[in-house]
Formats: sequence, structure tokens, C-alpha cells
Amino acid sequence: MRVPLSWLREYVELPATETGRDVQAKLISAGLEVETVEQLGADLKGPLVVGRVLTIEELEGFKKPIRFCTVDVGGANGTGEPQEIVCGARNFAVGDKVVVVLPGAVLPGGFAISARKTYGKTSHGMICSTDELGMGDDGTHGIIVLPPETETGRDAIELLELVDEVLDIAVTANRGDCLSIRGVAREAAIAYGLPLRDPALIDVPAPNALGHPVKISDPIGCDRFTARTVTGLSPEVRSPIWLQRRLQKVGMRPISLAVDVTNYVMMELGQPLHAYDRSLVRGTIGVRRAQEGEKIVTLDGTARTLHAEDLVITDERGPIGLAGVMGGADTEIADHDATANGTDATTAVVIEAAHFDAVSVARTARRHKLSSEASRRFERGVDPQAASAAAQRTVDLLVLLAGGTAEAGVTEVIAPSAPHTITVPADHPDRVAGVRYGRETVVRRLQEVGCDVYGQDELIVTVPSWRPDLTDANDLAEEVIRLEGYENLPSTLPRPRAGRGLTHRQRLHRRTGRALAGAGFVEALNYPFVGEQVPDQLGLAADDPARRMVRLVNPLNDEEPALRTTLLPGLLAALRRNDGRGSHDLALFETGLVFHPREERAAAVHLPVDRRPTDEETAALDAALPEQPRHVAAVLAGAREQAGWWGAGRPAGWSDAVESARTVAREAGVELIVRKGRYGPWHPGRCAELAVAVDGTEQVVGHAGELHPRVLKALGLPERTCAMELDLDALERAGDDTLQAPRISTFPVATQDVALVVDRPVPHTEVEAALREGAGELLESIRLFDVYENAEQLGEGRKSLAYALRFRSADRTLTVDEASAARDAAVALAAERTGAELRA
Amino acid sequence: MSAPNKSYDPVEVEALKPEEIERMRDEALAAFAAADSLDALHEAKVAHTGPASPLALANREIGALPPHAKADAGKRVGQARGAVNKALAGRQAELEAERDARVLVEEDVDVTLPYDRVAPGARHPLTTLSERIEDIFTAMGYEVAEGPETEAEWFNFDALNIGPDHPARGEADTFFVQGPEGRGESGVVLRTHTSPVQIRSLLQRELPVYVICPGRVYRTDELDATHTPVFHQVELLAVDEGLTMADLKGTLDHMVQSLFGEGMKTRLRPNFFPFTEPSAEMDMLCYVCKGDSVGNPDRPCRTCSSEGWIELGGCGMVNPRVLTACGVDPQKYSGFAFGFGIERMLMFRHNVEDMRDMVEGDVRFTRPFGMEI
Repeated sequence: MRVPLSWLREYVELPATETGRDVQAKLISAGLEVETVEQLGADLKGPLVVGRVLTIEELEGFKKPIRFCTVDVGGANGTGEPQEIVCGARNFAVGDKVVVVLPGAVLPGGFAISARKTYGKTSHGMICSTDELGMGDDGTHGIIVLPPETETGRDAIELLELVDEVLDIAVTANRGDCLSIRGVAREAAIAYGLPLRDPALIDVPAPNALGHPVKISDPIGCDRFTARTVTGLSPEVRSPIWLQRRLQKVGMRPISLAVDVTNYVMMELGQPLHAYDRSLVRGTIGVRRAQEGEKIVTLDGTARTLHAEDLVITDERGPIGLAGVMGGADTEIADHDATANGTDATTAVVIEAAHFDAVSVARTARRHKLSSEASRRFERGVDPQAASAAAQRTVDLLVLLAGGTAEAGVTEVIAPSAPHTITVPADHPDRVAGVRYGRETVVRRLQEVGCDVYGQDELIVTVPSWRPDLTDANDLAEEVIRLEGYENLPSTLPRPRAGRGLTHRQRLHRRTGRALAGAGFVEALNYPFVGEQVPDQLGLAADDPARRMVRLVNPLNDEEPALRTTLLPGLLAALRRNDGRGSHDLALFETGLVFHPREERAAAVHLPVDRRPTDEETAALDAALPEQPRHVAAVLAGAREQAGWWGAGRPAGWSDAVESARTVAREAGVELIVRKGRYGPWHPGRCAELAVAVDGTEQVVGHAGELHPRVLKALGLPERTCAMELDLDALERAGDDTLQAPRISTFPVATQDVALVVDRPVPHTEVEAALREGAGELLESIRLFDVYENAEQLGEGRKSLAYALRFRSADRTLTVDEASAARDAAVALAAERTGAELRA
Repeated sequence: MSAPNKSYDPVEVEALKPEEIERMRDEALAAFAAADSLDALHEAKVAHTGPASPLALANREIGALPPHAKADAGKRVGQARGAVNKALAGRQAELEAERDARVLVEEDVDVTLPYDRVAPGARHPLTTLSERIEDIFTAMGYEVAEGPETEAEWFNFDALNIGPDHPARGEADTFFVQGPEGRGESGVVLRTHTSPVQIRSLLQRELPVYVICPGRVYRTDELDATHTPVFHQVELLAVDEGLTMADLKGTLDHMVQSLFGEGMKTRLRPNFFPFTEPSAEMDMLCYVCKGDSVGNPDRPCRTCSSEGWIELGGCGMVNPRVLTACGVDPQKYSGFAFGFGIERMLMFRHNVEDMRDMVEGDVRFTRPFGMEI
């Protein structure tokens, strides 16, 4: 809501010295978010005067038409001689009154005016348009033509009210009353402790049976309808400058007198109004719900098909307006410009000032994607008591400005309603704030905002008609606390009950991040939005559950309408982005949720809010949600170790990806089962399937390794990019939090190395497991220290695995024979299980 | 070592004669002095102080002396050995010093060489800043609560007093999730705030409830320098008997002091949110200029645009309607809540100029933030 300070001052006698910034501070502290104070005309300097065009000479031979004019500016130029001015606009004629800026003046934007040569003439100033004067775009881009009676030579800065301050207020959804100058003035009056001159307090004639007939069929949707008629309007009359200027300052474009007046009164009082051309309204005006499929063309020229819930204004023919949202084109008033198109200009109007149900208007506006100044106000709450005053104001202005005559008929249809009252303990605001205000203060503050207050310890509060947002005890508490000043609240600390710290899952989440960062990975937080083509790009099988994605109704980008089922797309995109920016040696990770639609999915039901939902009800809501496990993923490309003075570097490889999974598993306290796998985006020969044992059953929790060259090509990734992804929640479930401490023997260690030759496909883990089992309990540790392949020495398709075995006893020093016997047993079992041969 | 001489025979022992002992001592001293390396000194040490050295052998003979002579001889040998050991230690120190001065210097390296073999990793500053805030509150007794990111509308809106026709519901810029078989009405959205976690906490936990709810939230804003459709929030909820707005204020003050240092404070300005009543916008004192830049054009402050205050987020007393929807008796319990965006705080706390830097995952941005913030 834009509020010109000059307009505000009409209803509150603010001290003359108060600037817009001062008022801003006061209103902010009272709870209105005044975002900016616009200084209109702050850098404007005259002379800027009214001139009368004396002569126009069309200059020929230029790319665009140019006029050389002489303009009478009275004595404003000091000489009284006609002012010679070159002008590029054409929307004026000899004798017109125009706005002239003379040399020495400065226009908004620091545009200094001086006499200058142009188009072969000297221009001593300019004839001005609204744009040039900072009045806002009037849509014409032409120069301003003033009413003919405007006095020549008069100061135009004052005439056009060019210097002003405009408060721009972001009105919250509960304060519909502040979408009017009246409402803001009331807040300013309270903030300054000054009386309000309420523009709605005007004499209104009593309703009678003579007015335009109105029939309300839906008193819930419309509880009040005032209709007034004004005849004899002269269609040529334009809105006076002051009215146009006020509309421009609040951000509206002047259109025609009748429309301008309804807009003006809406801005002043907050009551949306509509003016129908009476000659086009057929019979009784009605208010009812639409019939499904009924049609209307609204003022914006759009043909709309109506829904049975839409509240409409009708005449004999059918809908002539979407109630509280927008009028219909059939009964649109026409000014005299429209007569050029063969339409008769409007000379009689029926004014509608009605009150419509907020929910009904909100739904209709949403359904038709049609938000208007009227619907914005009705949705947020309009003062129903102001309707007849608003109608009267409109009538008065039309009579005054357009030479109209108010008809005696006054139609008023009102559904009876009781004012809203709230019963609240007098100390309730005190208990909400933690401050002792006392009953007297509470009552005084509530009265200031317009409440009627009765009672002692228990207050019975009747809220004013313009504050439908005041419904609960806490709403009243807020009024008291804000007016007493939020800045005066003390600062105290409550004593929460003892907490139990982070959960196991939360700690694992943190540790995972620390461990991966410690291993050289950099965290990236990627959007979860992915494209439909992602499963194909990742080479997922046709029946892969990760192909089933949650989709959005309104994605930001139609290319990415779904939610990720894997972290890889986002992480790989980040890798590609980094690579493209010249960072080639990359190790990135992410932890985050992925989204899997459930097999059986119902829509989430709508639960009531006046009670706690049952456990079954919340379970039903949860069942409507996708599964959302937390995953961790890591990707690598380029060098894992840099070359340097210490020696050669090392490219990132499949083993780094697998090791990153082990790093995470270690944090989870889980023994990760790594075995050869084949899955979607990974290189079929370089993919590890990662599993954990949960209650004795193995569960696959992820994959790691080098990515498939086809995937690298599809996604434009560097060669040999590697990746790992794990279901972190599954790891958390598999994790054992309480480690059993190992027993440490202090007897000497006996070390034995063995090299075993096996067929190439035999995995190390199987050989190691056999060695471990065969070695028995004397084995303290085992470590693979070399892998060797050489067809000449080992035979085709064979490989040598070299292990260091460390033996130790808990109760004695082992002899060489004991250690050797254990080693032999280990080798023997490995030979039996895996066909391993001891290498000579 | 020989056994003590119990016969007390008055035996004259050649090796214990004073001149002999002096000679042994002098030879040892001369040998030490002549040793020109630590190795040579070691040899001389073995020769002159080892178990087979003349002085050690002489010492053994003391036992053979008659009692009256033992003390005398013992004293002589002891003095000689003392002198020898002292000379050895002295020479040892001399030679080590010489080695340190010469040999170790020859082994010198350029210690300024880098060792950037594996570049350091880092956690995202949004993660670590969020954790830092969580830690402040867990230290006070709050617990961290989490919830789903695709959320039922009832949790995200209705239970928070944002009914189907509430103007705020339309203003929330919500991503809607498609229903089964692509139908529109699923009743599921990407959560627009972490407030649904507050509702879940009130339903799942025993009263009193003190929780902090960090997490990712979604709004349909295009990514630009100051907006991102996916961002992070931290919200707090306290529901207990007798909680007041003053408690809210104190909790906010405590948080900004913990994050930005002593003397920091917050300011509340009236505002409107459906889920709190009364509601407030919360600002914190600018931690850079502490308000000194206000009306002081000579010392402008970039951080707060010379406003003196930095907008943090929204807060208020939990609307009793929200408590009712969660089965909490608003006659007995009251609560406060606040929430703010982590991106915004990271921007003003660390002078991040462009939202995209926090979104794109560029390692050059994230790496300097390290493990903690």
C-alpha cells in the first residue's frame, strides 16, 4: 500500500516537522512494515510553470516530426515574451495549457534544463510529459495537457503536487484495514496519540425502497449490498488534477472520472466499489452462486467459464460481475473517448458498495487466477460498516466533479450480524508478554484500536468492524503489547528441561561429513530436481525402482520436473561445473534425502485442526508421503594425489570410491561387505556392491567404483570419473554403537608372509577370509601387501596375492614352529577354498 | 665381581697403588681428549670405563684389601673414576655439539616446501553454520528435531493455522507434489518451512517441548543473486507452562550473543504470521558497526547498509490454535517459536555476495570454510 504523506495528513494532524522517515519509524514500531519512503520531487527545481501554446510550426526534413512552438508563460520567464520551445510530441494544439520547464530548472534524475540548439532552432526549455516530471507513466507518453481554465504562468510544482513523500507499506495478510489511507491514518493517529478525522464518518441517507432493486440470494457470500444511482454525468469531464495525482501517487493510473472516483474512494476507505453503466443493466441486480458452466467476459477482456462456487453479480440476462473480484464487460462504463468507437458515453451509473465473504472471494480469485485490488482487499478483510459511507463518498464526488445528480433512491440489503466479542482475562496480555501492564493500560490500548471494553478481571471486548482479524485472546494481547512497544519487552531466559543431545542418526550424519571432509572430499549441496531422462542417462535397468520418481505439479524448470532418487545427478553436475571452471582434480560429497514414491499411494487426507489427530490419522498422512531416506554420495575425478617434489601423483580410481564408502561405514560402526557388482551407472568390471548384515541378513546399501564410459559420455564427465553412494539410514540401522574393547597382548609378535597364486576372478576377500579362518586364533592381523599379475611367471589368467600375517598369543611367546604351523594351516584352507597355490 | 675377601690377609695389590690409579686416569683423559669423533669417543669410553677397563678392574680388587686399607683405596679409585666420567661427559658434549653444528646442518631441507599431495576437504558452510546454531541450543537443553522434506499439507499449512483459504497459503510459493497416477491433488508439498517439524515434535514428544528444527526448505523462487528455490532454515520451538514473549526475546539475545559476541542484542518489530500470535519480525544489532553507522555518513556500514540492524527472520508466541491442533491445552501451556534462513545469515556473517556461490558447489568457495565455522 502506497500512502502519500500529504493525503495521510488530511486525517491526522501530524506535526508539520515530521518527515516521512519519522512517520515510517513510528509506524514500523507500531507494526506496519513501511519498506521505503519515496521522496517525490526531492531533486526537482523550478521554474516549472503553466503555459499556453501560442503557435506551432511543424519542422520538416527530420526523421521524426518536430514542432517549433511559442508558448505564453505569463511573467514566469521574467520578460513576458513568448517562450520558444522545440517539442517532439504531437498531442497538443494551439491554445492548450501545458507544463513548461524553463532554463535553470532541474527535472527529476538531475536533468538540468538550459537553452540549447536543436533541429536548427534554439529551444528555451521543454514542454513536459508525466514521465519527465516523475509523475509515473500515464500510458500515453505524451505531454501533459491541462484543463483550459488553468491559469497561465502558475507554478506547476504546486499545481501538480510534485513534491511529496510516499510511504510504501507491505501490509500483512491480516490487516486488510491498512489497505486504505483511512486504516493507515488510524494507526498513525494511535502511534502519535492524536485524534483521527475518520473519512467514513459522513452523513448517509436512510435506505428506502426507491433505489435500484437488489436481491441477495446468498447472504453468507454477501451480507451487505448498497446501491446508489447518479445520473446526468457529463462524459467529457476529466478527473481533476488533484484526484489524478493522488491516484498516481498510490500507484494507479487515472482512466476516466467515474472509474477514478471509485478507485479513489477505495483507496481512501478501503471499500472496493463498482460502477455499472445504468443503461446497460437490465432489471434487478442479484447476488448468487454461479451455475456451473455459466460464462462471463470480465473487464480485462477475458472470457471465463464459471464454477458453481463462484459468487456472481447478475442482472436479468445473467452474470454481470465476479463478486468482489472484477466487473463484467457488458455493463462497463464508457467515457467520451469510447464514444469514438460508436459506444454511447455513460451518463448514469449504479454504484455498488458491497461486502463479500473473504473465503469465497479468495477461492474465486485463485480459481480464475485473477487477483485485483478489490479481491486483495476482500480476502484480507473489508470493514462492512464502511460500505454505505463509501457509496455516499462516491456519489458526492460524482456530483461534485462530473456535474451529476444523486437519485433519491438508496438501496441497502443487510444480513443481520452481531459484532464479534472476545472474553479475555484482564491480565492475559501480561501473561503473554511477561510484563505487568495492568488492567488500566490493557483497557486503554484496546479502546485505542477501536474496541469496546467492559468488565473488571474478565474483559468482554467487542472488536471494531474494521478489524475482522481480531478473533482470539492472543490477538488482543498483541494489540496491547505492540502499542506498549515490543522494544520494551524484557529479556529473560527460560529453563528448558534437560535434553539428551544429538540422536545417533544425527551424530552419524555429522561424523560422515567430517570423515569425508577429512579424507579430502568437499561438500556440495545440490538441488534435488532432476529431469525425466536421468534414469536413462544413468543406465538404470527398466525395472530399477530408482526409475520411479516423485514428480512436481509446478516445477521451476520443465526440464527438471522430478525429485532425485539418487544423489548422483546433482553431485555429478557439480563435478562437471567445477571441471568446466578449471578445477580438474575433484573429490565431492553430499548427504541428503532422496525420494521414492510408495507402491501404494493415497492422497494425503485433510484433517481437522480443532483437535489432535489420532495416531491412525497421522500414520495415514505419513503413508501418503514418499519414502525419504538419507543418502551419502561421493564422486571423484582427476588426480587423487598430486605429483610434487615427493614424487609422482596418482589419479583417482575405483578404489578411492570404494574406500570412501568404507570411511563412512567405519563412522557408522558397520562392517561393510564389499563384493563385485553390476549396477546402473557403474563400469561393469569396476563396480563394487556394498552390503551390510542386519540381523544376520545381508542388505545391499549402495555401490562404488568407476562410472560406465557411456554414463560419462551422456553426462559430459571427465574420463574415469568414480562415484560412491550409500543409504546412510540403512547404515545407521546396521551400526552397533557399543564397541567391545579388544584385549591387548604384550607378548612378542611373529610375522609370516605368504604369496598365493589364484585364478584372476577369485576375489581377495575370499582368499583373506580363508587365510583368516585357517590361521586360527593366534592370528592377530592380516594385510594384503601386494597384487601381482604376470602370465609368464604365474600362467595365463592367474594372479599372486601377497599377505603379511601377524601372529601373537595372549599368554606366551610364540615359537617359530607355532607361527609356521598356523601359517601352513591358513594356506591349506585357502588352497582348499580358493584353489590358491603357495608361490615358490 | 670377586667375592669379598674374608680372610683379611694384608695383601698389597699392585693395581691399587696411587701412582697406578693416577696413570689409569691420565690415560683415560688423554684418550678422551684425543677422540675426534663420537665413534672414537665411544671406543675410548668402552676401553676406559667399560667393565674390562683398568679402572673397573682395579675397583674389583678393593675387596681384597684389609679393612683398614679399603676406605683409602676406594676413595682413590672413586675419585679417579669420577674424573674420568666427567671428562667423558664433557668430551661427549663437545663432540655432539660439533656434530650438530656440522653434520645435521649438512642434512638440512627446505622446510617451506609444500605438501599439498591431497587437497584438504571441507564441509559446506551452510551445514556447519546450522550445526553451530544447533550446538548453542543443545547446550541449553534443546533437542534437534528433523522431519521429511516432502510433507503433507496438513503439517505444512493446516496445523499451522494456515487454512486452505488463508491468504498466506497462496503467498507461500509452494511446490506441489503430483498425486498418484499424475493427478494434481496429492495433499503433499515440498515443505515451505521447517515448521511442520514443530508440529511433528508436539505430536510425538512429551511436554514440555524444547526443540530446534534445522533443514532444507523449498519455495518457487528462481535462483539469482539473492534468491534460491532450495534453502536452509533453523527454527526453534519451546512449549512449556508460563513461557512469555520476554523468554522469546531472551532466547534470541542469547543466540546472537553466542554467534556474534558479547553485547549483541535483538529487536522485535510487530508482524503477522498465522502460526504465531503475537508475531514479530526479529532484527539483530549489526555486529560490524554496532549501530554506529546510523546517521553517520562518514562511516557507512556495508553489512547493514547503515541501518544499524540486520533482519534475521520471524518469531512469536505459538498461536494457541496451533497448540489445539496438536492436542496441547492452550490454557495450561504457552510457547514461542522463531525461524530464520541460514543462507542469509551466512551472507552477512561471512560477506557472501552472491547466493549462487552457496548453491553451485564450487570447491573454491567451500574449501576455505574447512570443518567448522
